[in-house]
Amino acid sequence: MEELKIEGSPKTPTIEFNPSTGYLLVKGRSIPENSIEFYRSLIEILEAYNQNSQANTKVDIQLEYFNTSSSKCILDVFKKLEAINSGNSEVTINWYYEEDDEDMLEAGEDYQAIINVPFKMIEVEEE
Amino acid sequence: MNNIHDFYNKMEEGNIMLSFKGEVTSDLLTSILQIMESKMETLDEPPKIKKKVYNILVECLQNLYHHIDEDDKQTKSNENSALFMIRKVDGEYSIMTGNYMAEGNVELMRGRLDRINAMDRDELKLYYKEVLNNGEMSAKGGGGLGMIDIARKSGKKLEYNFEPIQDGFSFFSLNVKVAQ
Repeated sequence: MEELKIEGSPKTPTIEFNPSTGYLLVKGRSIPENSIEFYRSLIEILEAYNQNSQANTKVDIQLEYFNTSSSKCILDVFKKLEAINSGNSEVTINWYYEEDDEDMLEAGEDYQAIINVPFKMIEVEEE
Repeated sequence: MNNIHDFYNKMEEGNIMLSFKGEVTSDLLTSILQIMESKMETLDEPPKIKKKVYNILVECLQNLYHHIDEDDKQTKSNENSALFMIRKVDGEYSIMTGNYMAEGNVELMRGRLDRINAMDRDELKLYYKEVLNNGEMSAKGGGGLGMIDIARKSGKKLEYNFEPIQDGFSFFSLNVKVAQ
């Protein structure tokens, strides 16, 4: 399986997924007008990965901003990870938020309440 | 030429940081966000306020971008543009939008806004999660999450008005304040 690498832009995050190490990174801003199109390739690769997953899958979500159109797609990504977690891989999701950014912490907690995968909330200093 | 001075004074008195009237495009959205980000940087706003304002800007602008649909465009003047303004008065930010709306869409929007305004912080959080998890994702994206998110980030009631303009159309005004 090929690695997925999408370079970040002012409206879309950097995405890296390596199926041979089971590591997923989503970092930056996610405010595209058309999120479904943007997240399609990630959803597809995660679906394929579930057929042949690593023992451990580690996920780092380091979002600075995301719009509500992305929030549905991010939920879809987490639902794929939930399926992978109930399959052959143990998934951990690290949700990063900047100190004082209660909105981003709350957003992570909203997902945590919906998705049945261990979430770790990680506070980082402001850049 | 006095008109220009009048415009200037009105914007000055109204503490308008930025205003735009016209068609909302993807490129315009990018530019407005960049301008506002650097303005808030210059004003040395606390990161918390900066993030809230930025998030609300994104949702308001994308509402204008997505939801001015074909029905809303067919006014007499064939008006397909919107008004967008940002004010800062006594340290409080207001994000204001205005656009034409077909009468058929008004009651749905009014109902949605009234429902959101009747909720407190915790109820909004629950409602957001419910719509996020169960709501249908529309081709345009959020599927009704936008206004809920705006209300959560704002921390204040959403001020709005529908002004009947002509047969079948209203002008929809929205004012979102950002709680300090």
